[in-house]
Amino acid sequence: MAGVGDEIKQRLQRWTLELGGPGMRERLEKLTPPRNEYGVDPYGFDVDFLQAATAPLLWLYRKYFRVEPHGLERVPNEGRVLLVANHSGQLPFDAAMVEVACLADKDPPRAVRALVDRWVPTLPFVSTFFARCGQVVGTPENCRRLLAADEALLVFPEGTRGLNKPFAERYQLKEFGQGFMRLALESEAPIVPVAVVGAEEQAPAFLDLQPLARLFAFPHFPITPTGLPLPLPVRYRIWFGEPMRFTGSPDDEDPVLESKVARVRAAVASLLARGLEERRHLFW
Amino acid sequence: MASPEIPATDLAASPDGPSLPQSVAITGIAGNLGRKLAKLLHMETRIIGIDRRPFREKPKDLEHHQLDIRKNRVEEVFRHGRVEAIAHLGLMHDPRVRFSEAHSFNVVGTQKLLDLAARHGVRKVVLLSSANVYGPLPGNPNFLPEETPLLGAARFPNVRDLVEVDMYVQSFMWKCPQVETVILRPVNIVGPTVKNAPSNYLRLKRPLTVLGFDPMVQLVHEEDVCRAVAIALRLGVRGVYNVTGPGEVPLSAVLAELGREPIPVPHLVVRALARRLFEARLSAYPPGEIDYIQYLCAVDGSRFARDTGWTPRYSLRETIRSVLSSS
Repeated sequence: MAGVGDEIKQRLQRWTLELGGPGMRERLEKLTPPRNEYGVDPYGFDVDFLQAATAPLLWLYRKYFRVEPHGLERVPNEGRVLLVANHSGQLPFDAAMVEVACLADKDPPRAVRALVDRWVPTLPFVSTFFARCGQVVGTPENCRRLLAADEALLVFPEGTRGLNKPFAERYQLKEFGQGFMRLALESEAPIVPVAVVGAEEQAPAFLDLQPLARLFAFPHFPITPTGLPLPLPVRYRIWFGEPMRFTGSPDDEDPVLESKVARVRAAVASLLARGLEERRHLFW
Repeated sequence: MASPEIPATDLAASPDGPSLPQSVAITGIAGNLGRKLAKLLHMETRIIGIDRRPFREKPKDLEHHQLDIRKNRVEEVFRHGRVEAIAHLGLMHDPRVRFSEAHSFNVVGTQKLLDLAARHGVRKVVLLSSANVYGPLPGNPNFLPEETPLLGAARFPNVRDLVEVDMYVQSFMWKCPQVETVILRPVNIVGPTVKNAPSNYLRLKRPLTVLGFDPMVQLVHEEDVCRAVAIALRLGVRGVYNVTGPGEVPLSAVLAELGREPIPVPHLVVRALARRLFEARLSAYPPGEIDYIQYLCAVDGSRFARDTGWTPRYSLRETIRSVLSSS
């Protein structure tokens, strides 16, 4: 069994290097997270696994969504940082594409850690897959610890409200949660606003069947023309904004925090507006 | 319940290091861990053993009282200020012992012991609790600090005793501040002599695993735990501490290191299977143990390291492989 697994892993790794194009191997070698003799960091992140697991996502990135990243150089090469993005598309391919962009098209690459929902650890395979790729459960303790260790975190302050919104509300940002701002203030981490253009159209949802959602204990149950797991081959454009720095106390009153959150939300909104304006076609 | 934040004295400050108490009573001394601890300490301090089991191959110079800690006669051991410190290791974890009996032994026993400590001028109490008191919950952060609520019993009733004992000792910290009290919550203890659930699990040739789940696990060597208890016994240390070993590693990597052939069972049926096997006495693992191989219950041990300079001596690989050299 282990032999077959290793063979598959090596093939996937070769595929990653092939899709990544010239210099991919050298770039990936610059990724040196802490790891013990079993190849993992304390959170279970395994760079070898990531290299293999990236292959199908990189295929989506290059061939299917044909992602165009803009302003990747604005993501700091090192030091703690929060990437704050809009969330859309029913299934979180947007998170995967932002991460792949930072791995495959950024030099030096950065392993961005996305925060997963608290129910993800109850899912077989998915839980293990995410952990080995460096994703962590989004508890405030985990975020604090990772930022203190100068890691890059990807957060979606809209949460599933944004992810599963109906097609009619595309590119309208939902309300942002405040948790990310408290974290940024506490750890003095800069915030890079990120706008993902294209994901909204990958799986247009006409209906959200709440009774079914409750039955399966899912947050939402959207009905789309393709059926859920198959997104349309839309073209993604990802816009990274200038890092924003905030000062103040994380324990400030809600209205004080809200004004700071609103500035980040406005930054994401203006990136989105620009991205939509420059987009020539939905599919290419 | 929040753990009391009592600043520990800076141990590095004194040149000779803080001293051990003149005499240490060890409950559960006849167990494998108790014997290890007695061996580690008996050259440096006077050891008084208390256990209802006989102490086989006891060193001659070692004083042992074969007593149930709930019995009034235990007070004899404490009279005339003969006990300066207590290392409380004598908790019963065996899920096959009748629940009410284990509960009384653990909870009433601890209460009697602390009562004696308070009345007879004991200066120090160290409880060996466990990181399992936090419980392996799916939404756990990757590293639980000492302030985490003790929810271990929510899904696994056998941990209830341990949670209750831990809480009882926490309240004792506040009621009797004159007694230096330490609660140690070590991660899974493994080693050549320990016979606890995690060690026994790792000794199985074909252990059950939960299909698609591979949580990070933390292990600590039995001798490292004894050293941690010895550090906690030094005068000047007090508080609640997680005790971690040499790092975190996926369960699958541990099993691969030991050359095991795991049998993955889908999570929808694994609990029913575990219950059947346990009820038929074919396995020693109650179904509640499944959570520990499915979800994360890892702790942050940095406070103990910072306050006492603690580091484990056994490497990650040595710690994992220690279950193999069974004696």
